[in-house]
Amino acid sequence: MTGMGVDSFPEIVAADVAVIGAGPGGIAAAVSAAERSLRVVVVDRGLEPGGQIWRRKVNATAASDAQPWLTRLADSSARTINGASVVDVRPDADGFEILVESSGRPMRIWAADVVLATGARELFIPFDGWTLPGVMGIGGTQALLKSGASFAGKRVVIAGSGPLMLPVAASLADAGAKLLLVAEQADRSAVARFASGLWKTPALLFQAARYRARFLSARYATGTWVTAAHGVDRLQSVSITDGRRTWREDVDVLCTGYGLIPNVEIARLLGCDIRDGAIAVDDRQRTNVDHILAVGEATGVGGAPLSLIEGSIAGTTVGSTDAASAHLTRRRAILVEAADRMLNVFAPREELRSLPHADTIVCRCEDVQYGAIQNAVCARQAKLYTRVGMGQCQGRTCMPGLDFLLAWQADTVRPPVEPALVSVLSSEVADDATPTFPLTSSVGEAYQ
Amino acid sequence: MARGVQPRISIVVNGDRVEVPAGITVAAALFNLGVTAFRTSVSGEPRGPVCAMGVCFECRVTIDSRPHERACLTPAVDGMHIQTASIS
Amino acid sequence: MELPRRECRARRALPSRNAMSQRPDAVVIGAGIVGASCAEALSRAGRRVLMLDASFAGGGTTAAGMGHLVAMDDSPAQLALTAYSGKLWAEVVHELPRNIEYEPCGTLWVAEDEEQLDLVREKQRTYADFGIDAETLSPTQLADAEPHLRPGLAGALRVPGDGVIYPPNAALALVQRAIRNGAELREGTRVDAIRPREVLIGHERISCDCVVNAGGAEAAKLTPALPIVPRKGHLVITDRYPGFCHHQLVELGYLTSAHTMSAESVAFNVQPRATGQLLIGSSRELVGWDGTVNRAIVRKMLDRALDFMPGLARTSAIRTWTGFRPATPDKLPLIGEWEETAGLWIAAGHEGLGITTSLGTGQLIADLIVGATPAIDPTPFAPSRVHSAVGVH
Repeated sequence: MTGMGVDSFPEIVAADVAVIGAGPGGIAAAVSAAERSLRVVVVDRGLEPGGQIWRRKVNATAASDAQPWLTRLADSSARTINGASVVDVRPDADGFEILVESSGRPMRIWAADVVLATGARELFIPFDGWTLPGVMGIGGTQALLKSGASFAGKRVVIAGSGPLMLPVAASLADAGAKLLLVAEQADRSAVARFASGLWKTPALLFQAARYRARFLSARYATGTWVTAAHGVDRLQSVSITDGRRTWREDVDVLCTGYGLIPNVEIARLLGCDIRDGAIAVDDRQRTNVDHILAVGEATGVGGAPLSLIEGSIAGTTVGSTDAASAHLTRRRAILVEAADRMLNVFAPREELRSLPHADTIVCRCEDVQYGAIQNAVCARQAKLYTRVGMGQCQGRTCMPGLDFLLAWQADTVRPPVEPALVSVLSSEVADDATPTFPLTSSVGEAYQ
Repeated sequence: MARGVQPRISIVVNGDRVEVPAGITVAAALFNLGVTAFRTSVSGEPRGPVCAMGVCFECRVTIDSRPHERACLTPAVDGMHIQTASIS
Repeated sequence: MELPRRECRARRALPSRNAMSQRPDAVVIGAGIVGASCAEALSRAGRRVLMLDASFAGGGTTAAGMGHLVAMDDSPAQLALTAYSGKLWAEVVHELPRNIEYEPCGTLWVAEDEEQLDLVREKQRTYADFGIDAETLSPTQLADAEPHLRPGLAGALRVPGDGVIYPPNAALALVQRAIRNGAELREGTRVDAIRPREVLIGHERISCDCVVNAGGAEAAKLTPALPIVPRKGHLVITDRYPGFCHHQLVELGYLTSAHTMSAESVAFNVQPRATGQLLIGSSRELVGWDGTVNRAIVRKMLDRALDFMPGLARTSAIRTWTGFRPATPDKLPLIGEWEETAGLWIAAGHEGLGITTSLGTGQLIADLIVGATPAIDPTPFAPSRVHSAVGVH
């Protein structure tokens, strides 16, 4: 895929459909909408399409399930803008205006319909020492690995929960890491129950087995979790428990995370209904707000196959009154059910509530300790008194964990959706600017 | 895995010139160089990347005199100057 | 920093009858910074005080504001009140917890041209009359003081005694001082009505000697004749850029923006926080209670800021929010007795000066209620002026 770079993009891009997020869901939506001759623009923060799960390892080829879709995207008339952060989305005269910042410059996308494919991020539950360098997310470690980091010879413990554990364990093992332990916090019976239900989706069962085969030499334990990380200025060891005994392992890297949380910030900004922490959609992927659809993990964590189906449904129904294909609808139902079961089985256990102590930092942006906020009347009060959740990440790292610990509700979302340059926020459209549909997609320079 | 010889580029990290493979992110480059403190937190703690996807803001470094750049979202480019742990 | 435990229970339980073991002398409605100051001053004067707040202390307009402590001379009365209150802040600030983040950064009133520089010199004289230290800076001195201001400005008035605090924690600190003097705080408690020497909360009646309506922008909901309307403002806060800006910076046009009740206006106002973050304001609009962020106004506000400090363009803005200033037609707060209802006192309508004048207001109210001689003339703030054709335009 060749690119001209963002600099050659016009200030205003006009499209029929704007897709926010270029993971599997966004790609499928873009491709199927473009194949209906709609003008589609895709925006993504990453340096090339693929999102998180299909992130290509540096100087390597894409995963075999990703490549056909990436090719279809490149061959389609959809235009992808990478390295672009969405700053604001607001309803406009004929649809929506999406303000984007890329390489320090503003760009606006005017679209009649928007598909939110904003994906999910990891749930972190704070514990002693989790702020030490070397403690990373499970997905975060995978992303770092794919972006060129070497884990060869590094002693690694993976401890947490959720669908990322097996694939990341396999990747790290392949990369030459010394995987000491893979610890799933859910009990063995819960894991077994889930596995036994996978007969309905045999592809997932075989995939799990294939992952496990790649890190057979590592210990895999259930009902086991990390209680603390230790070290001076960087991670040096972790304390692990199985509920009966606690022991230490010397490690270089701890990968930890307790599952995935849908990224619903833009949806909330636009007034979409959120149910169980995910964007609520009907069977055609429509939200309660006209002309806004949502697909993929943002509507409920369910893996790439489900995201692809939802993307395809959205792409075929956006801007039309046709019903989705019966086949797609059936496939979707099966995968949604599998996803729901997984969420219940792997829910964080009660013992994790006592992980943070009074002096454990819970907000990493503002270094707010648990003791300062755990007796707050409400989240808003704690925010104003301590600045918890008011830093650069706008609560994305700490608030889901604090929701788990203290049942804190999420706050209203205001622009900027993520930090943006003052020059971008103050930018205005020139009176004589004409919106255009770009000739080619942009790719980060490094990948040309 | 890599095929053939990867081109290398030259960057400056905290004043030292180093060679890294082309195409990796600044975060990966720093990680491979053994840098653990990407930034210093408001209470003085060393911090490094956590989410590696631009959400947590823990990997911020100063790149070519621009502070608060997320290293995980920035490809390393030939001639880049990177300063770590300078401001929180 | 520990929150007083009493508040946590009050929120989760329904308001109980006889929540206070004894009848309070004074009920203060609103635990924003003005109400907190009233409660603190009254409790210090020996009164038994009950504070009531619909959400939590410092959670309303107090939380949305810039937190500037600034001498302001829109009128002699305003200057008298801000100067008096500024002195009280200087006296008490070192006794308050460090988390109020007091920064004695001073203010620079920036002049764009010679005409404005004349206004600066006049301002300096006015301040001097009130005993407020101020000096005029030449363009060179201004550039030295604030290198990120654009070149070509005519100079500035530097007021070293001004400063900046973090309002929610300042309000909380005042509330805690009141509680240490025996006051009580009930949060999550919305007053339904004020009667003579009594407030109603649902079926609960709390009788007292006096009620202080410190309801801020919502004060008129309980005392409908108060000419207080919400005047919306936007603020943007950036990431940390320590050393970018050393003083609170204001353009002279800020006075015009605050003074004129136009539909909308913006004025340059930037403030360095203790954290190194830059707080960028200001905007004023009359749009009722619509708190949504108005992108067009934010653009205008930021554009104005960029006029004065082009370097802000490359700073990262991490949050935007809005708040409602309690505005009165004559730009002065209402501080004093409300004769229409026995025992009712008003301490509201401070527009953009609530943080600054909170201490002065609290002390005035306490002095008036206990019958002590106030330190400044309270007549300009008398709520009774509302009824006179002359007092309010």
